[in-house]
Amino acid sequence: MTLSEDALAVPLLSVRGLTKLFGSFAACSQIDLDIAPGEIHALLGENGAGKSTLVKMLFGVLQPSAGQILWNGQSVAIGSPGEARTLGVGMVFQHFSLFEALTVGENIALSLDPKISLAQISDEAASLSKAYGLPLDPKAHVADLSVGERQRIEIVRALLQNPKLIILDEPTSVLTPQEADRLFETLFKLRDEGRSVLYISHRLEEVRRICTRATVLRHGKVTGACDPRQETPASLARMMVGADIAEVHRDNIPAGEVRLEIKDLSVPSRTPFGVSLKDISMRVCAGEVLAIAGVAGNGQGELFDALSGEHTVPQADAIRIRGRGVGQTGINGRRLLGAGFVPEERHGHGAVTGMPLSDNLLLARSQSDRKAFLAGGLFSVIRHGAVRTAARRVCQVMDVRKSGDDPAAGALSGGNLQKFIVGRELDRQPALLIVNQPTWGVDAGAASRIRQALIDLAKAGSAVVVISQDLDEIFEVATNIAVISEGRLSDPYPAGTLTLEHVGLLMGGIHDKHSQPEATHAH
Amino acid sequence: MTIFEAILLTVITASTPLVIAALGELVTERSGVLNLGVEGMMIMGAVAAFAGAQIFGSAYVGILCGILGGAIFSLLFAFLTLTLVANQVATGLALTLLGLGASGMIGESYVSIPGIRLGAIAIPLLSDIPVLGPVLFRQDLIFYLSIALVLGVNWFLFRSRAGLKLRAIGDSHSSAHALGIKVIRTRYLAVMFGGACSGLAGAQLSLVYTPQWVENMSAGRGWITLALVVFASWRPWRVFAGGYLFGAVTILQLHAQAFGLGIPSQFLSMLPYAATIVVLVIISHNRRTTLINTPASLGKAFVPER
Repeated sequence: MTLSEDALAVPLLSVRGLTKLFGSFAACSQIDLDIAPGEIHALLGENGAGKSTLVKMLFGVLQPSAGQILWNGQSVAIGSPGEARTLGVGMVFQHFSLFEALTVGENIALSLDPKISLAQISDEAASLSKAYGLPLDPKAHVADLSVGERQRIEIVRALLQNPKLIILDEPTSVLTPQEADRLFETLFKLRDEGRSVLYISHRLEEVRRICTRATVLRHGKVTGACDPRQETPASLARMMVGADIAEVHRDNIPAGEVRLEIKDLSVPSRTPFGVSLKDISMRVCAGEVLAIAGVAGNGQGELFDALSGEHTVPQADAIRIRGRGVGQTGINGRRLLGAGFVPEERHGHGAVTGMPLSDNLLLARSQSDRKAFLAGGLFSVIRHGAVRTAARRVCQVMDVRKSGDDPAAGALSGGNLQKFIVGRELDRQPALLIVNQPTWGVDAGAASRIRQALIDLAKAGSAVVVISQDLDEIFEVATNIAVISEGRLSDPYPAGTLTLEHVGLLMGGIHDKHSQPEATHAH
Repeated sequence: MTIFEAILLTVITASTPLVIAALGELVTERSGVLNLGVEGMMIMGAVAAFAGAQIFGSAYVGILCGILGGAIFSLLFAFLTLTLVANQVATGLALTLLGLGASGMIGESYVSIPGIRLGAIAIPLLSDIPVLGPVLFRQDLIFYLSIALVLGVNWFLFRSRAGLKLRAIGDSHSSAHALGIKVIRTRYLAVMFGGACSGLAGAQLSLVYTPQWVENMSAGRGWITLALVVFASWRPWRVFAGGYLFGAVTILQLHAQAFGLGIPSQFLSMLPYAATIVVLVIISHNRRTTLINTPASLGKAFVPER
């Protein structure tokens, strides 16, 4: 055996028995991992499986409680992100570590050698971004950039340090399919240059497409190491979840009366970095699930605020619920008409974390279900018994797992709290339900439970609007799909006539009617 | 000396402490720390400067004592809010109350003792220019320092790498930490710079403005600087302009009161506050630039993950 062959056999990065304890809770336990030079290695796992903790230890943000990290066969201690960078580790975070108030050039400069001038950094960044097909303007303020552009800054910033290993944390969760394709090309280019990539994801299709080896984590432990190309999505999912995930079933039912109608709704942005809604029109009928797809930050939040009445609009007739103009009506007024709402943010918006579940249920429904929960007429005395019973019923129906009978909302895991919040609305059998990002950051089991509940609600004769970034989810639940981009909503298309690529084009803001499948009215 | 020159001189004397203290607070707030204790640090600086000048018989030693007094006092704030993660608003208010009380106690023996006035330094040639010469170039050291501070802070924040890091911390301390920037250490230094500036402003009060020690002699100037920083959207040149605007209107309304224009004196005393707020609100009407200059993590506690 020659020396060079020997060197090839040594992995670039090895991790042996790595453990991280938070108190008595082991976020990572006895992790073993090997990354060879020039490979794209996938790290798979559900939310809370310990992927982020592991990566933070590799990048020096967290210190391991036990175990060893080997770099080119040498044992190393990575005490800070700075040390990780000197070693040759670059990182692209899931939640970008960018400074909105600074320019692109300043953001890049912050992670580099202070001796290099800002002008020089801008030049280098420009040439790098051209070489890897990642266009960037160094003088632009980050606050004005799209999510995809922000990710490019992170990648260019990591590349400027000429790293041997690049870690990407859920990079495609914020991208359109086309943007993701471009990212993959960049990754292949990096691999061909002999760099290694650690690719963190829970998207199985994508991992099977670009990775040659995968390590699967569950509850902080390694549950499998495999070649993802040899596996099926189902077998990978089993390794991730530890059980088969219930498939969501959907039967089409004929559409009934119009429950929600929006006509030429325009809402100017309330903040400088917000999105204005432009000429939005749509109608949703009983029995229909309309899914609104789109990349984050294209007006989804603003649309939800306008639909729910969190921010009313001056034209009463721009929004009609069951034929009644409700533009100027607040949330409770709309609830009284039979509508239900589930906002995007669970903590502090969908639920008060410090309050027990029963109080959270009452807060949402004290006006719309006044008779059931309040007694004594004007005195509005709370009927605790009735509220508790309702909360218990919601937990049972939605399979909410909790400790104790009526714990604080904040004590529940994200998935269980989301099941409770959705269940709280479903419990009223709303004639119209509007949900924003129903399964964001929720584990696969809870997500499939929530999606099934939304479909069942529509089947029982309600109208459902789902605003989501997750295309898999959209194709699972939707009867019709519309896409929001830069505050404009496309025509709705029957889910069966659309492919992932079509939705991706619409998400990118391409509204060329000729290249699209025929819209619903053509059928 | 003409009456015009005299007015200009008093405007400068009234504005200098505001500009200095506001620049210090600006740097502190740009790092994401809200220190409401400017009033307390200023009065501690004033009493330290007065005592130092008395003990060593030199106004220059007094300046040094004022700077040190403010910086050391601010260290208490930094320790409580950055190391012990106490609430910044409450701690800042406590710092003001403590400073006002403690300075009264320290300065008890100095009440009604004649102070030592800081002498003027004439800059050769420049001080011979008519009108401007005596006003701008026959000034005391603290005035020259205040001008150097405006230029220096502006350069530091927007041209130097250290200033870039400081702004980054103020924008998002967790992102800065993830990049390996020392958040707590930088904030300690920023708070102490703010304290030193407040102390210097206090020294100006007890060595230049009215060279004597009077209890509560800061007279609410600390609070005005806090407002100046916000209304100037955390930008050094606007702080400078705001400070001088406030100083100018204060002096002019005093003259107006002396002339007896028949306007109620309460209304005239209100003018500096109203004029400064109106002007600064108008120049900061562009919400986008204001948002970009506002330190997003202002007043938020930072606890690194372990």
